[in-house]
Amino acid sequence: MKAKRFITNTACHILLAVLSVIWVLPIVYVVLTSLRKEGGSYKSYIIPKEFTLDNYVNLFKNNLGGLDFKQWFLNTLVIALFTMLISGFMVIAVSYCMSRLRFKMRKPFMNVALILGMFPGFMSMFAIYYILKGLGFLETGLLKQIALILCYSGGAGLGFYMAKGFFDTIPKTIDEAAYIDGASKWETFIHITLPMSKPIITHTLLTAFMGPWTDYIFAKVIMGQDTRYYTIAIGLWTMLEKEYIQTYYTQFYAGCVLISIPISILFLLTQKCYVEGVSGAVKG
Amino acid sequence: MGIFNKKKTEHRFSKPSDATIGQCFAKGNAITKASLFVFGLGNLLNKQIVRGVAFLAIEIGYLVYMITFGIGALGDMVTLGTAMQEEVWNDELGIYEYTLGDNSMLCLLFGVTTVMLTIAVVFFACMSLKSAFATQYRKEKGMKVPTFRDDLHSIKEENLHVVMMAFPIVGVLVFTIVPLIYTILVAFTNYDRDHQPPGNLFDWVGLDNFAAFFATSGKLAGTFWPVLGWTLIWAVFATVTCYVGGLVLALLINRKGTRIKGFWRFMFVISIAVPQFVTLLSMKTIFAGGGPINVLLMDEWKLIDSPIYFFTDPTLAKIVIICINFWIGVPFTMLSTTGILQNIPGELYEAAKIDGANAFTIFWKITMPYMIFVMTPNLITSFTGNINNFNVIYLLSGGGPTNVNYYFAGDTDLLVTWLYKLTLEQKDYNLGAVIGILTFIVLATVSLITYRNTASYKDEGAFQ
Repeated sequence: MKAKRFITNTACHILLAVLSVIWVLPIVYVVLTSLRKEGGSYKSYIIPKEFTLDNYVNLFKNNLGGLDFKQWFLNTLVIALFTMLISGFMVIAVSYCMSRLRFKMRKPFMNVALILGMFPGFMSMFAIYYILKGLGFLETGLLKQIALILCYSGGAGLGFYMAKGFFDTIPKTIDEAAYIDGASKWETFIHITLPMSKPIITHTLLTAFMGPWTDYIFAKVIMGQDTRYYTIAIGLWTMLEKEYIQTYYTQFYAGCVLISIPISILFLLTQKCYVEGVSGAVKG
Repeated sequence: MGIFNKKKTEHRFSKPSDATIGQCFAKGNAITKASLFVFGLGNLLNKQIVRGVAFLAIEIGYLVYMITFGIGALGDMVTLGTAMQEEVWNDELGIYEYTLGDNSMLCLLFGVTTVMLTIAVVFFACMSLKSAFATQYRKEKGMKVPTFRDDLHSIKEENLHVVMMAFPIVGVLVFTIVPLIYTILVAFTNYDRDHQPPGNLFDWVGLDNFAAFFATSGKLAGTFWPVLGWTLIWAVFATVTCYVGGLVLALLINRKGTRIKGFWRFMFVISIAVPQFVTLLSMKTIFAGGGPINVLLMDEWKLIDSPIYFFTDPTLAKIVIICINFWIGVPFTMLSTTGILQNIPGELYEAAKIDGANAFTIFWKITMPYMIFVMTPNLITSFTGNINNFNVIYLLSGGGPTNVNYYFAGDTDLLVTWLYKLTLEQKDYNLGAVIGILTFIVLATVSLITYRNTASYKDEGAFQ
């Protein structure tokens, strides 16, 4: 029995190790390329001949011919923070209503949300573009950034499935106990449900925060040629365009590594919260 | 539980708020009936000033809008503009000037907005009627008429959903529903590259665009069916592989015997932490003709003589894309299932163990039903997400290899990337809109049926 368990355990660990290598190698490649001294795009070898940090240093020197990495980073950070707050609030509010409150429009709303989710996300993008243009949001760079935040968080209320699924697993008796103690529904939500839902809240906030870092379709359509107000994603994408790729290929990877760092750190923090929160919330 | 039930009256509804619009109108007195047309009348006459004024303000605002702008906008929506922009010779300045013609695009947009506002106002009319009826009902029964303070208090209790949902719903209306209706209407016009406002007008063409897609011959129909087929194959493979892979991985990591769980989780989470377009673009370079995979196969291991062009052969490109998507998707599923796995009530497992169930039985009888219960909506979203998975296809292969027999599409193009190419590159907005609608129909038929038949929709409280 003991030997059998030892064998399965070892097999599992070996399998996990092999899988981890597969999942980590491409990222190692990104880091290696970002440290490569030899310029140019593709090379016939993987490990750079010479290592350097110049790619990173050059990103922050404003020598990129209108490509300003620092500015892009700040733009994206601000947009991501606002998006996170607005859409985080929307998702949690809607999913709580869907899970815990009972009202006439509940099922219709869920059906409508399901139907809306089936249309391709940017099918109506050109319509959104013209609406924003009509409202005067595309006049200056700053307004364009607000427009982008609105684009990212406007429809967030429809993405409630995950959080609703989580709220559904919290026993109803806990709510009922609070009502009997004289708590209003609002107080129950704030003082009982929310503290128990840290994992799903972090999950929601995180997904919302990461949206602007990775999206470049909306950003590209709204920002147009205004490079100063670009977000990171379209900025880096520009570096891979034909006229830039030979010069900026390695800097592109340096930029990729740099933006991955803040997101990774956030991830580690939330991971901890996620696992602890879930196991601590409601144990059967 | 008896004490919590409201006292039953002889009416079919126990509370006035349960009455339907028809009942309100039939049983209401003259003032209540008039509230359907003069918003807030019933409230104003019964000292509910704030509520009444709010209703009235909405109506006045709407009427002013309709008279100054709305009625004209509705008319323009029917014609989509009549005056074309023209060149006019200006004698004084000696140059050609452009007259400001109608802009079909704006005509349609303002029309849609006006229709939406009208629907909202009809909704408020019903609210006004119900509110007036509730007040009348309470007065007749000698009950207390709620004051503004009571209204304020009710938003923490029975009307909490109104406050919490108002803001999200407005967002959804402005950024999802109105643009969507606009786009759907565009599918019935000839808003293509030859009819671009403001220089040109476009007009209603009925079902012509749809007819072109379903014609027995023609380039559009010849593109649509193969692209649809690949979209479905892709979505099934992408969803199933990532879900099963992620669940197995999560179980592997969460096994009792597994050490350093946090470390393993971390190894897989790194790939999520890196923004997706970065991983996708580097994957593209890794699989490129001169990329590391070919370098390994050719120079290091000497397995092949010439590089494999992964994204040039249609079949190979499809397989490679599904594999790369597996790499991207598995950590996501692993992460979301981990939380839910740990949320499974512990006593279910304990009870099963006492009954002598082995690991497999526990997995099939407890873990799987629970996971499917919680994750079905998630699985459906991920299926629909994959049908609409733009990033993976666009960044990896760009839809290529280009197929000359297709109408601006390649062999790995999904409906959604084809839509992108048609709208943003070719400016055939009407064709793009048709693809969008067809995609929707495909998704709706597939998933609405499955969703409605799942346990988590029918019986939400099963595990509460």
